Amino acid sequence: MSIETISLSGRKKEVSNKKMSFLESLYLVAIVKGLFITIKHLFTRKVTIKYPEQVRPMSPVYRGQHMLMRDEEGRERCTACGLCALSCPAEAITMKAEERKPDEKHLYREEKYASIYEINMLRCIFCGLCEEACPKQAIYLTTSKKIVKANYERDEFIYGKDKLVMPLEQALNNTKLKTAN
Amino acid sequence: MKVTIDGQTIEVEPGTTILQAARMIGGESVPPTMCYYSKLKGSGGKCRACLVEVSKGSDANPTPMPKLMASCVTGVMDGMEVNSIKSDRVTEARKSVTEFLLINHPLDCPVCDQAGECDLQNLSFKHGKSQTRYIEEKRTFEPEDIGPNIQLHMNRCILCYRCVMVADQLTDNRVHGVMDRGDHSNISTCISKAIDNEFSGNMIDVCPVGALTDKTFRFKSRVWFNKPFNAHRNCDKCCGKTTVWMFGNEIQRVTGRKDEFHEVEEFICNECRFDHKNVEDWVIEGPRKFEKDSVINQNNYTRKLDTVVIETESGILKGREQDRRKISMSAVPLTKEEEQEFKEGNI
Repeated sequence: MSIETISLSGRKKEVSNKKMSFLESLYLVAIVKGLFITIKHLFTRKVTIKYPEQVRPMSPVYRGQHMLMRDEEGRERCTACGLCALSCPAEAITMKAEERKPDEKHLYREEKYASIYEINMLRCIFCGLCEEACPKQAIYLTTSKKIVKANYERDEFIYGKDKLVMPLEQALNNTKLKTAN
Repeated sequence: MKVTIDGQTIEVEPGTTILQAARMIGGESVPPTMCYYSKLKGSGGKCRACLVEVSKGSDANPTPMPKLMASCVTGVMDGMEVNSIKSDRVTEARKSVTEFLLINHPLDCPVCDQAGECDLQNLSFKHGKSQTRYIEEKRTFEPEDIGPNIQLHMNRCILCYRCVMVADQLTDNRVHGVMDRGDHSNISTCISKAIDNEFSGNMIDVCPVGALTDKTFRFKSRVWFNKPFNAHRNCDKCCGKTTVWMFGNEIQRVTGRKDEFHEVEEFICNECRFDHKNVEDWVIEGPRKFEKDSVINQNNYTRKLDTVVIETESGILKGREQDRRKISMSAVPLTKEEEQEFKEGNI
């Protein structure tokens, strides 16, 4: 047996070249058959949804937009240790640290905090290594349940703390839920 | 004198300690040190991180020493045989020592400026456990201001006494020391005096942990985001040879040049360390090299990498030469049928 006749997939078929009969050459039967398939699909379940109005449920491990977490008292957890930036394979994260002043104890958890924390969403590949590297459980990709929106300007993709930090109400809500349970 | 450490023999001068002999050999068998500092007289013997097993005392008296010895203060004898990393007893002891050193350590590495070049971090990375058995409250101290240049974090201190020795041996007037005893002992200036001696900045370099850090660098950056360069300047007080840690075009920190054992090659003065942060003040010699596995090398693409050559033809399609010879088995020829099958396939 030569290599031309071997069928590794098992689906190889010899194509016949037989002449069509008169009825077949009118194609009427074939057209009706095709239309029947089309009409049948009108009544089956739709696979698409009307996206902006309707949203599919996200998987609990879906990695979307990052969120800088707050703790139970609403203080920012991030201490600008730089491990997320170090682990980032796309080098999307930059930060600047600052020392916490005595009257800011209710805002930041540790002695040091990130005064600037920026993620370049164009560079980010949403791999979640920053989440894994974080020793303070400060950055999560799974909690925001948001997809980073498209935009026309490149500058708009550099997300600062204004977009990344968890809203205070959400942190307080979480605490309430925890104490209620 | 002949001494064998982990099976490697070396000829050393009389009066050498085991640790110095191990450092001459280098590599894996060098014991870690937390308190010993070769440039400071009288240092060593406190932290017990450098414990080694002496399996043969000497040629004259070959009995092994019953207890593990602190290698930094034990002199070598002729014909001595020492087991360092090779011995399970030693690694077990180092594990325990690490656990002890970490009992009161706050483990605030994400905040600490020393992280990345910290001896205790390295030690616990190599010999430490990933969990703690300590359930009591950790010892804490009130923060104390010890001057405009040096930041003291007493909670992180492991009481190695290196900074005290620096003040004793490098400066003419020591204003700080170890106060109190036992669990309460702490580094302090006693009457809240500022440390302002011209060579006091070297305390930062000798500190194995982040207890004494540079105030001018405080929280500015992490060690591994800086690019270290060798630099020098004309200084009338010290040698002027330093490492400058740059971020872009900005000098964020100046330190002494540390060797592979994290000891400074030469002590530098405070003027070089704290007051000259302009690039114009320095003559940059070139990038400073660090150990291969140091975090400081992270995201540093300045080093030239070897090109990887994949010889697809010979490597993948034909297989390695030695494998091909084995598979083809020219000594066992195919039968005629098999040969036919081999050529046409067997379907």
